Amino acid sequence: MFGSVTYSLEDTEAGGSRLVLSGQLLVSSVGPFEAEIDEQTHEFAEIDISGVDEMDTTGAWVVSRLASHHTCSIIGASDTAKHLLAAVEVAGGDGELCPPVVPVWERVPLALGEQVYAARGGVLGVVSFLGAILMGFGTMIMRPSKIPFRAVVRQMEMVGVSALPIIGLMSFLIGIVIAQQGAVQLQQFGAETLTVNLVGRITLRELGVLMTAIMVAGRSGSAFAAQIGTMKLTEEVDAMRTIGISPIEQLVIPRIIACTFMMIILGFYSSVVGIIGGAVIGQFALGIPFFTFLERIQEVVPLHDVWVGLVKAPVFGLIVALAGCYHGMQVKGNSEEVGIRTTMAVVSAIFAVIVLDAFFAVFFTEVGWG
Amino acid sequence: MPYVEPEAPHERFCADPPIVVKGLVNRFGDFAVHENLDLEVRRGEIIGVVGGSGTGKSVLMRSIIGLQRPTAGDIDVLGRRITDTDLDQRVGVRRRWGVLFQGGALFSTLTVGENVEVPLKEFYPDISPKLRREIARYKVLLSGLPEEAVLKYPNELSGGMKKRAGLARALSLDPELLFLDEPTAGLDPIGAAAFDRQTRDLKETLGLTVFLITHDLDTLYEICDRVAVLADKRVIAVGTIPELLETKHPWIEEYFNGPRGRSALAAQGS
Repeated sequence: MFGSVTYSLEDTEAGGSRLVLSGQLLVSSVGPFEAEIDEQTHEFAEIDISGVDEMDTTGAWVVSRLASHHTCSIIGASDTAKHLLAAVEVAGGDGELCPPVVPVWERVPLALGEQVYAARGGVLGVVSFLGAILMGFGTMIMRPSKIPFRAVVRQMEMVGVSALPIIGLMSFLIGIVIAQQGAVQLQQFGAETLTVNLVGRITLRELGVLMTAIMVAGRSGSAFAAQIGTMKLTEEVDAMRTIGISPIEQLVIPRIIACTFMMIILGFYSSVVGIIGGAVIGQFALGIPFFTFLERIQEVVPLHDVWVGLVKAPVFGLIVALAGCYHGMQVKGNSEEVGIRTTMAVVSAIFAVIVLDAFFAVFFTEVGWG
Repeated sequence: MPYVEPEAPHERFCADPPIVVKGLVNRFGDFAVHENLDLEVRRGEIIGVVGGSGTGKSVLMRSIIGLQRPTAGDIDVLGRRITDTDLDQRVGVRRRWGVLFQGGALFSTLTVGENVEVPLKEFYPDISPKLRREIARYKVLLSGLPEEAVLKYPNELSGGMKKRAGLARALSLDPELLFLDEPTAGLDPIGAAAFDRQTRDLKETLGLTVFLITHDLDTLYEICDRVAVLADKRVIAVGTIPELLETKHPWIEEYFNGPRGRSALAAQGS
């Protein structure tokens, strides 16, 4: 459906040769012709374009480049063609369209150096972010009327209430897996009944809270970063500042309060559902009646296991919220940055949670809550 | 030179007029934006589309370029029925128009040069990379940007430069039809006047037909051949500004005879 360019060579009176073009010199048809003519080593003295039916700027560009390449003249141009040829005079060469790629041996040390340098800024950024939050809390304690109750409640709903189904399902399945796999191993020692201890202690002390923190980081930490990041891009955050509303107080603190509190509840809820999952498996696979399982839990799980979980949960919640909000506030530039920062928020939150969990494990054992 | 019928007649310049909208209806739920809207755009003109906020100027443009499926009505663009052809057929006509969206809508992860190159890569893979780079570079210059801008990323550009970069991308396929959505909105008066001149020059050099949505009275007086007025869910009048004023429609009178309209007219007279 597209036209094509045909060309032929003629001898001129002066003894040189003339390139005669005809057909359509359009962006749709010029590609193959350009590739062919580029390989031609023959010298032309003239280019005759009187046979060209149609031409656009791309065609004009190809002709004018050819002319300057062979230092020859263009003849037979119609008025439109002259117009177009004049328009492409501005042309700017064939340089690359993106900044040159730095070779690997330069790029790696360069990136490393930049990372180290950025780490300094990052540390300063985190410290000043924490400072701003403390100041925000300070203002709220001095003037309780500034506490954004509505925002806190809304965030609690989004972080806590709407996470109940997914966290419940996850914990239930984890309870089942622990009970079933634990029982298989313990059977070898004839100690299936210890499955109850295993399920009760591991969900309350470790997995309930840890898995919930990871789920909340993925669900809410990422949402915090993306929401605040987008608000930064659309200048909403700047607008708040000019009106005199502190973004820290309005955006960050409600999320931190909500996430910290809801983590306590979600962590405990997750442990409970995990135990129920274990009890269900106990009923169907191990022959331990459901309610007997629950009674045994009360006997074999020391109360301090519950405290261990309840102490860790708010700390994890705080870390997830801080990471999400911090990375959200760091967004600037383009939409790609929102994605990068969201990923960083989730990764750094989960990493920090796991490191702290290891620390807590050693700590609580040392203080006698083993 | 005797006229010789080309072997494979190219569709360029075959269809006249380039845009015909008949009985267009656009409804969102119960809310009708357009009701029996008719519009005809002539070849080689710059048609300005005006109307109050919410009268569906952008919706009209989106319908014409096939981004919005109308509830009813027929739209022919360059001799193709946009409203009922399947996607494959629309691709053919799509490479013959260029669109400049309001904010420029540049791809933020690509440089300006690469942005301009995207349509070429997409539609004409047989063009050599070298030629493609050259085309991209001169389109950037043609749209009035300095040469260094080729290597810049959209977030490094000012609003006016983004529009010009968007224009360069819209022009990359040498379109016959150019759609501009509020090209001078948010530009300073000098930048806006320069953009207007650029549009006019490009139209004259490249023989474009321009569909231009604007609120800028200076643009209407300076470069538009005809103006279409959208009100009451349809096009109430099309014509040159003096012709429009003769209709004595209250909205048109208020639009062109308000303080801004008069100063734009005075500016044109000087």
